[in-house]
Amino acid sequence: MLKIGVKDLAKYPFLTEAGEYLKNTGLNLEQLGHPDWQPIVEKAYGRIVVASSGQIYGSDLETLDNDSELLSFIVAIILLKSAGIATLIRRFSLAESRRAERYLQQDLWVSRDKKNLELPLKIIRDLFAVNVSIDNEDFVIKVPDYLRRAIHFHEKEWKLVNRRVTNGLVYLSAHETVRLIRAELGEYINGRIQSVNVDSIPPSFRQRVEDLVSLAKKFSDTTYVSSEYPPCVKHGIEVLEKGENLPHSGRFLLATYLLSKGQTVDQIAPLFKNAPDYNERTTKYQLDHISGSSGGGTKYQCPSCDKLRSESLCFAIPDCDGIINPVQFGKKRKSP
Amino acid sequence: MNEKNVLLIESAFKEYYFNRFDLIHVPQKATQREFGYQKFNSGMTRHLVVKNDKELHLMLMKEVPSDVYCSNAYYTFPNLPMAEKDWKGADLIFDIDAKDLALPCRKDHTIFKCGSCNNSVTELQSQCPKCGSGKFETASISCKNCITESKKEVTKLVDILTTDLNVKKEQIETYFSGNEGFHVRVTNADYEPLVSQERADLVDYIMFNGAIPESFGIKRQDNSKSLLPTFEEKGWRGRVARKLFSSKSKVPKVTREIIAGGYSAFQVQLEEIKKTMGVRVDPKVTMDIHRIFRLEGSINSKSGLVKLQCADLDSFDPFLEACLLGNDEVQIMADCPLQIRLQNKKFGPYKNEIVSLPKYAAVYMLCKGLGNAI
Ligand code: SF4
Ligand SMILES: [Zn+2]
Ligand SMILES: [Zn+2]
Repeated sequence: MLKIGVKDLAKYPFLTEAGEYLKNTGLNLEQLGHPDWQPIVEKAYGRIVVASSGQIYGSDLETLDNDSELLSFIVAIILLKSAGIATLIRRFSLAESRRAERYLQQDLWVSRDKKNLELPLKIIRDLFAVNVSIDNEDFVIKVPDYLRRAIHFHEKEWKLVNRRVTNGLVYLSAHETVRLIRAELGEYINGRIQSVNVDSIPPSFRQRVEDLVSLAKKFSDTTYVSSEYPPCVKHGIEVLEKGENLPHSGRFLLATYLLSKGQTVDQIAPLFKNAPDYNERTTKYQLDHISGSSGGGTKYQCPSCDKLRSESLCFAIPDCDGIINPVQFGKKRKSP
Repeated sequence: MNEKNVLLIESAFKEYYFNRFDLIHVPQKATQREFGYQKFNSGMTRHLVVKNDKELHLMLMKEVPSDVYCSNAYYTFPNLPMAEKDWKGADLIFDIDAKDLALPCRKDHTIFKCGSCNNSVTELQSQCPKCGSGKFETASISCKNCITESKKEVTKLVDILTTDLNVKKEQIETYFSGNEGFHVRVTNADYEPLVSQERADLVDYIMFNGAIPESFGIKRQDNSKSLLPTFEEKGWRGRVARKLFSSKSKVPKVTREIIAGGYSAFQVQLEEIKKTMGVRVDPKVTMDIHRIFRLEGSINSKSGLVKLQCADLDSFDPFLEACLLGNDEVQIMADCPLQIRLQNKKFGPYKNEIVSLPKYAAVYMLCKGLGNAI
C-alpha cells in the first residue's frame, strides 16, 4: 500500500487520510479552542481571506510546520461551515484547489526521474476516475476523459484540435494534466467541506466567524436570468454567478447580447461583480466601448453561433435549430 | 402537398414497406431508443417505443409515414417527455450533405420553383419571368459529382475516426442518407457518454476548426524549425506537415518559407488546410444528443430514395441501389427542366407535360415538387 506522510497531507489536506492522521494525534475541537492554538485560528482565517480575494494561499513546506498547515485547513473549514456562506466556501475551494494543483504538478514533475508517480497519479485516479499513463515525456489520457474537462476552458489551446491526439489518446504536460482537473479538485474540496458537520465551536473561534460574515457581504449574488435567453448566454451568466472566471469572449457575448436586447450599460455592469478580477471602473469602461458610447462609437454586434461554437461557448439545444446568431433565439420558428 | 400526390406517394411507399421487410430493421438496443415519424401534411409524432422489427413493420404498414426517425440516444424511459427520459448515452452521428459542400456543380442541377405560379427555372432570378413573384423554392436533383464529393468526406471522416480517435472499423456504419449525402454512425462505448458540448469540440477536431498556429509550431515571434510538425507525426500535426511539405525533399525549402512568412501567413495556410482537409460535416447534428435521426431502411420523402447502408462505399451508386420503389408505370404531369438519372435510366427534361414513368421516377419528381399526380 501507498504510504502517505504528514508532508503529503500538508500539501493535500483534503485527502481522507488527513482525518485519520488527526484522529491518531488525539486532538479534538475543544482543545483547539485553547489560546495556545490561537495562531492556528489566525492562520486559518488568513487562508480564507486570501482565498476570497481570488489569490492562492502559499505555504513554504520546507520551513513551515506540516502539522500547522494541515490543522489550519481543518480549522478554516470549521470557520467556513459556522459562517455558512456558500460564496466563501466556493472561493475557498477554488483557491485551495489551485494550491493543491501546484503541489500535484511539482510531484508529477519531480517524481518523474525517481519513477515514483504513485501519489499524484493515485490522487488523480481515485478522486476523479481519470487514468493517466506515461508515454516518454508525456502524460496521456483518453480523448473522452480529456473532452469532459477541457470544454470548460475557453482558451483556444485547449481545443482538441490544438492537442496531439493519437489512437484515442491526448498528450499532455504535467502542468496541463493538473490544470485539467482543477475544477474537479475544487468541487471535491467543496464537497468535502459540505459533508462536514459543525455543531458548536469554541468561543475563541467566534470573532473570526463574524468577520467572515461581514467579509461575505462584499459579494452579493443577484442577477436576473430570463428563461428566454439562449443557452450560451445563460451559461455565461451562471459562470459569473458562481464567481468563476468567464473568458473575455464570454463576457463579450453577454455584453453584446444584452445590449442588443435593449439593456443599458448600468443594468449590465453588476453582472460582472462576482468575477474574480472584478473592477468597477474597467468594467464600465469596457461596456461603454462595446456599446459604442465611447471611443470610435462603433457598436459591436453579438458574435455568431459559429464563432461561439469554435470558442466552446455554444450549448445548443433543439430551439437553436436554424439560427445563426444568439440574438435570433426565440424569434425564428424551428424548421421541421 | 396536394391530396392526389400524397395518395400516389403513399401507395408507392406502402408497397416498398410491404415488400422489403428484409431491409428494414430496428437498430441495436432498440428498446432504449426513441422513435418518431411524420406523415404527409401533418406534424411529427415522437416519443414512441418500437421494441423489435415486427412492431416496426406493423407501424410502417399502419401509418405509412413520409419519414421515420430513431434516436441515436439511449434512454431509460424513451417514451416519456424529454425531461423525464433519463438520457444514458448516444451513438456518435455525422451528417454529410452535398448541399453544404459548396460544390460548383450545384448550380447545374438546382431548380428554382416559383412560389406563386409554380413555374420552374434553372437559373436563380430575382423575379419569376412568368408572374413576377420574387419567392422561389429550390429543388436539387440527383448528381453524380455531389455523391462522389460526399464520399470523399466520408473517407476523410473514417480516417480520422480510426487513426486519431481509436474507433474500430467494425464500429463505423456508413449510410446513404436517402437524398444528397451520407450518415455515419459510430457505436463505441468510450464516446457514448459525451454530452453536447463535448461532441461540439470533437466535431471541431474533425472539421479542423479553431486550430491555432502555436499548436503547429509557429509563434508570434522567434520561430525555429524545431517545433514544426514532421512527416511521421500522428494526428493533425502529421496531416498538416504532409500537406505543407508535400514531399520530404521539399522540407528545408518550405520550412524556410513558413518561418519567413510568420504568424499571420501561417494562419491563412491553416485556414486553407481546413477547407481541403477538414471534414465537412453538419456540426449541429453531431452536437445534438436528443435528435431523432432518419432510420436506416426507411424512405426519405425529399426524394423517395431509401436510407441504405453502404457495404462498399466506393462502388455504391445511390441512384441505382437506393432507388427501390416499384417500377410499374404511372402517369403524372411533369415539370422538370433538367434531366434526371435513376436506375441507370434517363428521364426528362419535361415541360409541363403528361408522361408515363416508372413509379420510382414519378415519386422522385413528386417528392422534389417537379410534378403532380393526375
Ligand atoms: S446555437 Fe447559437 S444561440 Fe444556441 S447556444 Fe449555440 S451559440 Fe447560443
Ligand atoms: Zn411565377
Ligand atoms: Zn452536384
